Amino acid sequence: MTTSPPTATPTSQPPAKRTLRDYQSDQEPRWCPGCGDYSILKQVQTVLAEENVPPEQVVFISGIGCSSRFPYYMRTYGIHGIHGRAPAIAFGLSVVRPDLSIWIITGDGDGLAIGGNHLFHILRRNPNVQILLFNNEIYGLTKGQYSPTSPLGKVTKSSPWGSPDEPVNPIAFALGSHASFVARTLDRHPTHLKETLRAAMHHRGAAFVEIYQNCNIFNDGAFELYTDKKTQPVHALFLKEGEPMTFGPNNQYVLHWTGTTNQQQEEPFIVFRQDDTPDTLTPFTTRNRHLAWALAWRLHPVSVPVYRRDGTPTEESITLPRPFGIFFQEERPTYQEHLAHQLEKAREHIQPIAQLIQGELTWTVS
Amino acid sequence: MGNAPSAEATSPSSVVVRFAGDSGDGMQLAGIQFTFESALEGYDVATFPDFPAEIRAPRGTLYGVSGFQVRFGQAPILTTGDQIDVLVAMNPAALKRNLHLLKKDGILIVDEDTFNNKRNLQLAGYDQSPLDTLEKQGYRVIRLPITRFVRETLKDSGLPVRTIDRARNIFVLGFLLWLFERNLQEAEKLLQQRFKQSAILQANLQVLRRGYALGETLEKGIPQLRIAVQPGHLPPGKYRTLTGISALALGLLLAQERAQRPLFYASYPITPASDLLHELAQYRRPDVYIIQTEDEISAICACIGAAYGGALAVTATSGPGFSLMAEALGLAVMLELPLVVIDLQRAGPSTGMPTRSEQADLLQALFGRHGEAPLVVLAPATPAENFHIIFQACQIALEHTVPVVVLSDLALAFGAQAWRIPENLNTYPTIRPPLWTNDNDAPYQPYLRTEDGARYLAFPGQPNTIHVLGGLEKKAPEGTVSYDPENHERMIQARRQKVLAVQKRLEPATIETGPEDAPFLLVGWGSTCGVLSSVTRSLNQSGIPVAHVHLRALNPLPPGFSELIQRAQQVIVVEGNTGQLAGWLRMLRLPVHHEIHWTRATVIPERWLHQQIACLLQNPDESPS
Ligand code: SF4
Repeated sequence: MTTSPPTATPTSQPPAKRTLRDYQSDQEPRWCPGCGDYSILKQVQTVLAEENVPPEQVVFISGIGCSSRFPYYMRTYGIHGIHGRAPAIAFGLSVVRPDLSIWIITGDGDGLAIGGNHLFHILRRNPNVQILLFNNEIYGLTKGQYSPTSPLGKVTKSSPWGSPDEPVNPIAFALGSHASFVARTLDRHPTHLKETLRAAMHHRGAAFVEIYQNCNIFNDGAFELYTDKKTQPVHALFLKEGEPMTFGPNNQYVLHWTGTTNQQQEEPFIVFRQDDTPDTLTPFTTRNRHLAWALAWRLHPVSVPVYRRDGTPTEESITLPRPFGIFFQEERPTYQEHLAHQLEKAREHIQPIAQLIQGELTWTVS
Repeated sequence: MGNAPSAEATSPSSVVVRFAGDSGDGMQLAGIQFTFESALEGYDVATFPDFPAEIRAPRGTLYGVSGFQVRFGQAPILTTGDQIDVLVAMNPAALKRNLHLLKKDGILIVDEDTFNNKRNLQLAGYDQSPLDTLEKQGYRVIRLPITRFVRETLKDSGLPVRTIDRARNIFVLGFLLWLFERNLQEAEKLLQQRFKQSAILQANLQVLRRGYALGETLEKGIPQLRIAVQPGHLPPGKYRTLTGISALALGLLLAQERAQRPLFYASYPITPASDLLHELAQYRRPDVYIIQTEDEISAICACIGAAYGGALAVTATSGPGFSLMAEALGLAVMLELPLVVIDLQRAGPSTGMPTRSEQADLLQALFGRHGEAPLVVLAPATPAENFHIIFQACQIALEHTVPVVVLSDLALAFGAQAWRIPENLNTYPTIRPPLWTNDNDAPYQPYLRTEDGARYLAFPGQPNTIHVLGGLEKKAPEGTVSYDPENHERMIQARRQKVLAVQKRLEPATIETGPEDAPFLLVGWGSTCGVLSSVTRSLNQSGIPVAHVHLRALNPLPPGFSELIQRAQQVIVVEGNTGQLAGWLRMLRLPVHHEIHWTRATVIPERWLHQQIACLLQNPDESPS
């Protein structure tokens, strides 16, 4: 970039550590009291402060929906765009301004209904952006219709007989779109939320983060199973790189992947007790696409027997959990890097404008 | 030929040649080489290709016919011509498709071998060869055994027959060079530039010479055949041929350099705008980003993002893609960001006729968004003028922080003409967007305006200008969300005034052709310019005092236009739609007395238009439209 405005370095701000305040705009958030969006806003601001990112280097781009008001509440650059198009707007900005930290704020309707196409394409192109998809399984701003992530049969204003739509699986969608970073977190688990956002920010490429967000007005309690202190240990599995996939009230269970991904016929996971696991148990890694795919479909709380290390079932049975954390991550060139590489190759062919305008074949009339 | 009386048939002021053949017959190449050669000999030229809609139509069929029309002669060549003086038909289907355009005493050059082939005749719908009948009807038919001659010429070349047959177009080229008394050496040099591989080059050179020599043998039989066209009259200068597509691409690159901002061009493939994407995609250079997106919505949205980041953002599309962009264009109006959208109009509605040109997107460009969403609309009048207009569009968009729609069309995109290369590119000024400077310590406010009503721009990365833009109505000047009725009214006016303020930088409206004080005024816009000027000349020759004004800006209208049009006794609007410009002028309370509509998605035939206007001005009560 030779002609973009000079990029601000941290020297433009006092060297003192930034705080959450430095990222708060003077606009009072207008979400419903109790909305999960507040928690997400706070953790985003906290991460930016902790990472000491200059606010002028940050741009938030959103579409339409409750969550898409987000840019107005940030003291950073931003665009409140049109429905579903935030990824497209952000993509254009990322191409000409690779120096910026670009965040896309979208929701389950904005990102997976009207904007599904753009979300798919930005993921595969892999520009260096963060994509936060606030999933509340409902349309909030238009007052309570079923969304692409609402469960089948969901009764809403626009589906009094129950939603006839098979819901989309955002994690599987992102993996299928060849995303290079795919994660899921929750509004009501601030530490997990913050650390997931931090990891997304440090990822080079398009980082996709699905955030379960409670809409206490139109879909209250949709994710309670995973956020309530009592049920969370049984129903939520928190993935950690290099560690076994443990869950349960005292982390006494381990989820073991059998190596298949076919969730239709056969559950690809079995459960051991922590104190009775085979020696060959492999730890979780974000680098295995097949494991990520199997985990993406680990959704329903089905009951299965707990196994002994020798492979025989015990009397005990347990509900299979839903995973949270980074499902998948890979290093691959970003869109900007591909362009920069092409430019290197093209350099020797570059002709001055005047020469191009003249063209190859001219004649003179006197 | 041309406008010249037939007594001078062997020395006309211009000649129209059409090359027609199968898509695989290389008619475009022959046409382009012939055009270059004509230009090198000092003729003014105008060309237009006629591609088949199908990608790979079966050989010999009517829908597989590809054409290339070139008119050359004394400057100015305003159009490619309604009627053909010389038709080259490489097979019966090519003849069938184009015969209706050939003048009654026109020259028809055919590959006789293809007319001896039953299957070829059948594919074209002929029971038997039509050539004898055509001769009796007065056409001057020149039967050349092209296939045989070419095969014989190259029999020792070692090339496969299929490759040999592909040189038939060059044989015709050679023959035409003889016919128009051209210089063989220049044509040979041109071929040397075109074909790098020596075996193919040698074969083509051999065939070219053979075609030329054939003419000389024929001459003994028909000595009056050769046509010497009068030379140039082009203003002095250095020239090149320029297609509308190249003109747009080069204009954009120049604007990038003059603005010293990155050029971001995003587009989704669509006929005919894909050709601009292809042309620009060759130029991978610093600060030039040529991007193919997933659809037109994404293309324009990516432009909006890039513009927010400080780029010169441009997209191009046609028909259906332009409709898809409507919502985002409204956002760009609201954000008041610089943006250029090129609409290469094609025949609609819906998919319509993707390879035909039409002028029917004017009202959509002016009004096709919800809410009060005014923007600037410009329209080039000739293929080469795309260069100037696109530069101007970039300049206006950046300096006035406003979206600009350039309504070009398919005819202007694919047409080509001789273009005098600007001697001094510095006549294209530096483009200076209204960037916010921190000189006076005042806080940045996104809706602070310049004298012209443009918004001061500030880009991410600067600590003192942090701001959020958005589709919600904003309070001026601070830019917070506002539902205040009076503020909304002020913002509507501000966005409107900003567009109107562009008027003072537009070139004043002038009489294109015809007497300054003519009581009758023809008004047109876009690609009809050549036809309108040419018809104005012929009307003037028949003693009808009419003048032609052509609009290059449709919103705002150029300075002086309303005076010009109000001065005329009768105003006739001619356009390729059912009256969109006429309606827009009436909305602006400007006088329109007659409308002439052409909705066949072809070039308006000059003769037809001449008659319409003559009849209308002589019997003003019997309006033909
Ligand atoms: S409607 Fe739901 S999602 Fe929207 S602000 Fe209110 S609680 Fe939040």
